[in-house]
Amino acid sequence: MPRIRSKEDLLALQRELLSKRDPNKTLITLCSGTACRATGSDAVAAAIKTELEKQGLTDRVSFKRTGCHGFCERGPIITIHPRGVCYLNVKPEDVPEIIARSVKGDEIIERLLYKDPATGERIVEESEIPFYKHQTRLVFGDNPVIDPTNIEDYIVIGGYQALAKVLEEMTPEEVLEEVKRANLRGRGGGGFPAGRKWESTRNAPGEPKYVIVNCDEGDPGAYMDRSLMEGNPHRVLEGLTIGAYAIGSHQGFVYVREEYPLAVKNLNIALEQAREYGFLGDDILGSGFYFDVKVHRGAGAFVSGESSALMNAIEGKVGEPRPKYIHTSESGIWEKPSDLNNVETWANVPLIIEKGAEWFNSIGTEHSKGTKIFSLVGVVNNTGLVEVPMGTTLRDIIYKIGGGIRGGKKFKAVQTGGPSGGVIPEQYLDTPVDFDELTRLGSMMGSGGMIVMDEDTCIVDIARYFVDFLCDESCGKCVPCREGLKRLREILNRIVSGRGEEGDIELLEEIAQVMKKASLCALGTTAANPTLSTIRYFRPEYEAHIKEKRCPALVCKDLIAYYIEPERCIACMKCLKNCPSGAIDGGKRRIHVIDQAKCIKCGICYDVCPPKVHAVTKISGKPVPPPLPESERMIERKGGGGR
Amino acid sequence: MERIDLNRVDEIIDRYSGEEGVLIQLLLDLQSEFNWIPREAIARISERLHVPKSQIYRIASFYKAMSLIPIGRHVIQVCLGTACQVRGAPRIMSRIKESLGIEEGETTPDMRFTLRRVNCLGCCAMGPVVVVDGEYHGKVTPSDVKEILERYT
Repeated sequence: MPRIRSKEDLLALQRELLSKRDPNKTLITLCSGTACRATGSDAVAAAIKTELEKQGLTDRVSFKRTGCHGFCERGPIITIHPRGVCYLNVKPEDVPEIIARSVKGDEIIERLLYKDPATGERIVEESEIPFYKHQTRLVFGDNPVIDPTNIEDYIVIGGYQALAKVLEEMTPEEVLEEVKRANLRGRGGGGFPAGRKWESTRNAPGEPKYVIVNCDEGDPGAYMDRSLMEGNPHRVLEGLTIGAYAIGSHQGFVYVREEYPLAVKNLNIALEQAREYGFLGDDILGSGFYFDVKVHRGAGAFVSGESSALMNAIEGKVGEPRPKYIHTSESGIWEKPSDLNNVETWANVPLIIEKGAEWFNSIGTEHSKGTKIFSLVGVVNNTGLVEVPMGTTLRDIIYKIGGGIRGGKKFKAVQTGGPSGGVIPEQYLDTPVDFDELTRLGSMMGSGGMIVMDEDTCIVDIARYFVDFLCDESCGKCVPCREGLKRLREILNRIVSGRGEEGDIELLEEIAQVMKKASLCALGTTAANPTLSTIRYFRPEYEAHIKEKRCPALVCKDLIAYYIEPERCIACMKCLKNCPSGAIDGGKRRIHVIDQAKCIKCGICYDVCPPKVHAVTKISGKPVPPPLPESERMIERKGGGGR
Repeated sequence: MERIDLNRVDEIIDRYSGEEGVLIQLLLDLQSEFNWIPREAIARISERLHVPKSQIYRIASFYKAMSLIPIGRHVIQVCLGTACQVRGAPRIMSRIKESLGIEEGETTPDMRFTLRRVNCLGCCAMGPVVVVDGEYHGKVTPSDVKEILERYT
């Protein structure tokens, strides 16, 4: 492939590629993001290849493995184009039938279609499935049609044309102005205006200047950045290169979490191809501008996603934050001006250049423009990645797109912003989601993780969970964060284990305030948010743990007991056989009894007890009834409805 | 303790010759080559790159992905990301701990398993997730644990 030397060359290549691709030729795409690979996408891909050969279709049918489609709950997902038939949860053994009936023939296989849980109606096309229908996929929408390891797929859909436009038609100042006018705010957490960050790096004295992609997506429960990097790496690189041009940088870095091996792999392939085609390296698109990118793998440290810590890591030092009397945009990597933006922020840049700042401003709320990708996870029916305009309500996201709570349970709260964020209870479900509204509710946008919790989630345990996480991840450099988190953990552990004391809640609040004011970096200043917001909205639940030694959600191990209700037990022996500690006494037609002294509270008995029987229950805050006397444990007759 | 092949260490160091800020990348490569970072390897890096050993230990002990002790034949990663957490991952973790008789970060005396927690693998739709030697097990319940562990000898 000769290097592309101008916008004209690029458009000519796009035309040539388009002319070679017959839009009516059958194309099978298979979702192959990390989640789908984990659910068997590799085996499905192998089956498709074998079957196409076996049925002699290799010439007539193309097959492509794409990045994440977002509907991870139902992966692996196959789409058959041009009809757009979409099959969910595909297994290798379904493949021969799919190829024979829906690729060779034009039948639809009902059982593999999406079934609307409300109406029972089967939906054929991917775009009509409610999960997708209510989304606005501006940034994420190309994933399902692109093979991320093939740059030509990106060029066909107009890729790198924004870069070409910038290099041929715009000055760096004009690019900067456009991004500033678009009011693009950072998608990684704080929501700082990207244009202003670019400007301060551009204007800061010192050469060289660096631009960096932050793909250290550390917030547990968030994976939109990984899916973009895995599924559409060129788009991120295009945005980064445009930023480099505006800022005047010739060296970029991409910092990727070590836990994301596929993202690293696809990114490296993309870099190779971009260099080959002339989108990176010397004299990009014949403009004389030169820029290249290095990949830096993280090594498993949450705090390294903080900007100054990340820059330390790129220098090969321990990824700990440094004091930010001077912003990293002015003094970052090797004390040179360095601009850091998150993956999704960079991926928005080509769109802004292509469609203009006015267009971008027409989407979203007053102070938060454009769309945001959320990872909707936890106990929601449709787990997956959701892209919606800023200002969409939580209710629409969780119910319309997410399909509500699993197992018909009751919604309790949604956690946003990861370990720096907080929980939002039911009364705020109609809040339009944007940067400022979430902050007002005591949470934050963060990178866009949205963890839905139901009535079976203990809110104190969640606070303890985040504090535990942060305790592990705190680098220990500053006292308020290091010691504050330890004390928070001690107190919360005390509360969940039934040793909570009067005054503990106030003590938590006091420590939290000090941490907020005195910690060195954002990890410490926001570390108490989960604790504070859970106290703010769920104080009675804390009090139940402390005063009544009761866990209302029946989660905290030390505050609950498992108990078999004698009237309900049918002596099926399931719990008895599965109990790992031999704590259950029973037998054929003998009512089972749990020996509380032996019980390790693993909950297996509760899980295996048939739902219809529902004899195993959890008790909290009151004593366990004494075991039935031996003489009354025999069940008289079969089928007698209990005893 | 078995001796390590220093040629393999040298090969990894050579990959980065002449580059700046490579220490973390180099240690990651060592970790995946040996499954841990042996003392001899640290000495070698120190010697060849003229970096104090203390600085290398500082990095290797800071990051979760690096281990200064040999690890078991099979590495179990239990995801305790928030999504897995609310779907019951803590119960999976305690079941595994009880079955193996070890705590997080430890290795069984027979070197069969090393148990680790990870803070989100981004497969939240499959939660709770347990990964053994790179194989993903999704929607795990405490009663699945026994069978999963038995597959790895």
